[in-house]
Amino acid sequence: MKNDFRARSHPAWWAFALHRLSGVLLALFLPAHFWSLGHALEGAAALDGVLQWTALPIVKFGETGIVLLLAAHMTGGIRLLMIEFLPWRDWHKTLLAVAAGVSVATGLAFALNVF
Amino acid sequence: MASLKVTVWRSAGAGGYQAYEVPRLEAQTVLDVVTYIQRVIDPSLSYRFACRVGVCGSCAMNVNGKARWTCRTHVEKVTADGKLQIAPLSNLPVIKDLVTNMEQFFDKWAKARGRFSGARTRDDDFARVMPDSPQRRNVDAGIECIGCGACYSACDVVQWNPDYLGPAALNRAWTLHNDVRDTMHAERLAAVAGDAGCHACHTHTSCSERCPKQISPTIGIAGLKRAAAAAALDGEI
Repeated sequence: MKNDFRARSHPAWWAFALHRLSGVLLALFLPAHFWSLGHALEGAAALDGVLQWTALPIVKFGETGIVLLLAAHMTGGIRLLMIEFLPWRDWHKTLLAVAAGVSVATGLAFALNVF
Repeated sequence: MASLKVTVWRSAGAGGYQAYEVPRLEAQTVLDVVTYIQRVIDPSLSYRFACRVGVCGSCAMNVNGKARWTCRTHVEKVTADGKLQIAPLSNLPVIKDLVTNMEQFFDKWAKARGRFSGARTRDDDFARVMPDSPQRRNVDAGIECIGCGACYSACDVVQWNPDYLGPAALNRAWTLHNDVRDTMHAERLAAVAGDAGCHACHTHTSCSERCPKQISPTIGIAGLKRAAAAAALDGEI
């Protein structure tokens, strides 16, 4: 027998899934990131051309998503490091809530800044 | 009289769920439901139980998709709509119906050096272990395991890597690691620090969610990771 979603319906498993998903999506984003920054090698005009493109609202929306993913991946990683390296207390669900709160707050702060 | 609609996994391998209707009684446990089916409806149903009071660890099954000790799981706690799905534990071979072969589960306790090894003989005085010492507190937190296999069933890492020692064996290793009388610490850490040992844990905490004794094997596994890393740095393993 294998488990289905019912055995996994608890916050720490959702945190694992989000950490994995955000990591994969960020890894997929990195080539595009390097490609756009790589335009600097062709001169200031080429880089400015790409940077102008990033001023589009749809790209800003995407950037907000990337910031949210970065925040979620970072806070999730810090949470895991705290669990694994600090003496255990009955705090891991509190850590989950803090990580989720900090991630959403970071994403919102970025969105408020760019729109 | 109100009734429960119960589906129960029948047979091994390519089996399937069979539906039963069981009278709903006050203070009824899931084990009561399974026992009613076996004694009144279908005597060929196989399941495992012994003490019926949460001590022996024999009766764990998947109830509505989650591993639970059935003898102390009240029906009202797990079903709001009068439906129950009862299946054998996950990640273990099914012998028949609700009975799993737990050989690999217990073999892994042995692989994790889950046996106490002391230096004293019966002629020596008692070892004095302070109840409030950090090691004794760590032991207290994990020692009440009844070997039911609920954590092993809930663990995704066991599903992904069948060689993974699993939460129960690692919890046992952690309690022995904290036993100041034990003489096999380095050997045990070496046994649990391999690819299929403590470092393979993804910290899903499904084991801690499902343990009916409220033990958190995740705590012990995190402790073993730290201890194994420290021992490796010190050149002990």
